[in-house]
Amino acid sequence: MSGYSADTRIRWTEWLPWVAAGAFFFLLPEYLSLGARILIFILFALSLDLILGYAGIITLGHSAFFGLGAYTAGIVSTQLAINEPFVQLAAAAAVAALLGVATGAVILRTRALTLLMLTLAITAILLEVANKATWLTGGADGLSGVKVDPILGFFRFDLYGRTAFLYCLIALFLGWWVVRRLIYSPFGAMLTGIRENTTRMHAIGAPVYWRLVLVYTISATMAGIAGALLTQTNQFVGLNVLGLEPSGDILVMLILGGVGRLYGAFIGPVVYLIAQDYLAKQYPEYWYFGIGTLLIAVVLFAPGGILGMVDKLRDKWLSLYKQKSSARASAR
Amino acid sequence: MAFALQTEKLCKSFGALTVAEQIDFRLEPGARHALIGPNGAGKTTFVNMLTGAIAPTSGKIFLNDQEVTRTSQAARVRLGLGRTFQITTLFRSLPVLDNVALAVAERRGDAQRMWRPASAHREIIDESLELLATLGLADDAAAAAQDLPYGKQRLVEVAIALGLRPKVLLLDEPAAGVPSADTEKILRHLEKLSAEIAILIIEHDMDLVFRFAQRITVLVQGQVLVEGPPEEIAADKRVRDVYLGEATHA
Repeated sequence: MSGYSADTRIRWTEWLPWVAAGAFFFLLPEYLSLGARILIFILFALSLDLILGYAGIITLGHSAFFGLGAYTAGIVSTQLAINEPFVQLAAAAAVAALLGVATGAVILRTRALTLLMLTLAITAILLEVANKATWLTGGADGLSGVKVDPILGFFRFDLYGRTAFLYCLIALFLGWWVVRRLIYSPFGAMLTGIRENTTRMHAIGAPVYWRLVLVYTISATMAGIAGALLTQTNQFVGLNVLGLEPSGDILVMLILGGVGRLYGAFIGPVVYLIAQDYLAKQYPEYWYFGIGTLLIAVVLFAPGGILGMVDKLRDKWLSLYKQKSSARASAR
Repeated sequence: MAFALQTEKLCKSFGALTVAEQIDFRLEPGARHALIGPNGAGKTTFVNMLTGAIAPTSGKIFLNDQEVTRTSQAARVRLGLGRTFQITTLFRSLPVLDNVALAVAERRGDAQRMWRPASAHREIIDESLELLATLGLADDAAAAAQDLPYGKQRLVEVAIALGLRPKVLLLDEPAAGVPSADTEKILRHLEKLSAEIAILIIEHDMDLVFRFAQRITVLVQGQVLVEGPPEEIAADKRVRDVYLGEATHA
C-alpha cells in the first residue's frame, strides 16, 4: 500500500527477487538467455504497472514504446554505426519518451474503451510502418547486423549470456528502484487518487490530464529502455515487438502476477515465460493453449493475480494463527 | 466592494429546457448563505456552473472580482473555490488521512514530488491530522474512508474541501442521507468553521438552513424568486406557496 500512511521501509521479502536472480545466475548458467529475457519483460511489465496499476490507464498498446525502443537501439547501430550500448539505450529512451508525450497528449483526453482502441491503433500503425520500411527496419525479415560494443569498453556480450544477464539485472534494479520511489512519493499517492476517483481529483484542483501525460511518458521511457535491452541482448529486432500480440502478452503477464502491486510485475513474466519455454518445447503447436488455461484459472480463482492469492493465503494463515494463539492463551 | 463570488445574468439551457435564467447572485466575504428551492429548481446546475463542471450558455462568473467564467475547474480550486459533493465523493478505499492529505498536497504544490516518500512529508501529514482533529475525526485517520459511518464520511468530504484552504466553500447538501442525530453533529462542526471562509450551502433540511444561514436565496425554475435574511424568507408568501408550503404539507 503506497500513500501517506505507508511504511516505506524495504521488507525482507523485497530482497527475494534479487536473491533469486543471483541464484539463477550461478545455478542455471545454461538458461541465462532465457533469464535475461525474463528480466527484460519484468522491466516492461513494471512500466505497464505504473500506468495501469497505479494511474488506472488501460492500454493495449504498450508495445508501441517497447518496440520503438527496440528498433531505435538497433537502427542507431545499423544506420548510424553507433555501437556504444549506453548511447543506444539513451536514444531508445528519448525516442520512446517523445512518442509517449506526443501520443499521450492526444489520447489521454479520452477514457475507457476509446482510450483502449486508440492505444491499440498506435502500436498497429507502428507495426505497419516497421513492416513496410524495409530499408530501415528489415521489414518482415527483421533487423539483423546490430552491433553492441563491450559495456564500459570491457564487458563483452558473450555467447553464454552472462554479460547480458547481469546488464539486464542492473537495468531492472535501477528501474525497480525508480518505480518504487515514484509509487511511494506524493506523486504516486496522487496517481492512486486519480485511479480511485477522478472526479474528486478534479475537485481538489489537480490538473489530472497533465499528470496522466507525465506518468504515461515516464512509463513509455521505461518500456523503450526494456525494448532496447532486448535488441542489445539478441542483436536482432523482429516485427514481433510491435502490435497487439506483445501488448497482450505483457498485459497477461501483469494480470497473472497481480496488477498494482509492484511485485506482480516480477512474478508474472517469470511464470509466463517459463511456462512458455516449457510448453513450447513439449507442445510446439499448442503452447498458447496452456497459457490461456493458466490465465483463465488466475482470473477465475485469483482475481488479484498470483500475488493477490499469496496475500490472501497469508492473511488467512495469520488470522488462523492468531485465533489459535488466543485460544491457547484463554485455555491457560 | 469585492464579492467572494458573484454571477451576472447566468443562463444555462439544455436544448429547449432552460435550467438557469438570468441568475444574478452575490456571496459576500465570510457569508453564511443558503441556496434553497424545490426539486428541479436548478440548484445543482447552478453549483456545477460555479465550480466549472459545466459551462454556462451565457453570463459571467466572478471569484473575488476575477472573472472565471471560462476557467477550468482545477484553476478555480487554486483560486480558492472549494466544494463538497451531494453524493459522497471520496477516495473510498484509501485511509481517511490520505483523503485529506491528497488535497493538502495539491494545495501546497507538493503533489508532483516524486522522490521522498509521501509518508515522510510530515508537513502534509501534520496539517491533515490537525484538520481531521478539528472535525472530530482524529481517531479515524487510519481507517479506510468506506469503513466510516455515513455521517463521518460527510465530514471527511468537508475535511477534503478545507484542506484546500478555500476562500469560498460550496456545501452541496452536507447532511444528505445522514440520520438526524448526526445532522446535529455536522451542523455544529460547520458552525465552527473560520469566519474568513464565505460559505454557500445548498440544503433540503430547512431546520439546518434556518439555523445556519444569515442570508437565503430561493431558486425556482431556474430563476431567483427572492433573496433575504431567514426571517424575511420564512414570512414570504410566495416562498411559502412554492416551497415551504409543500414541505409542511408533505
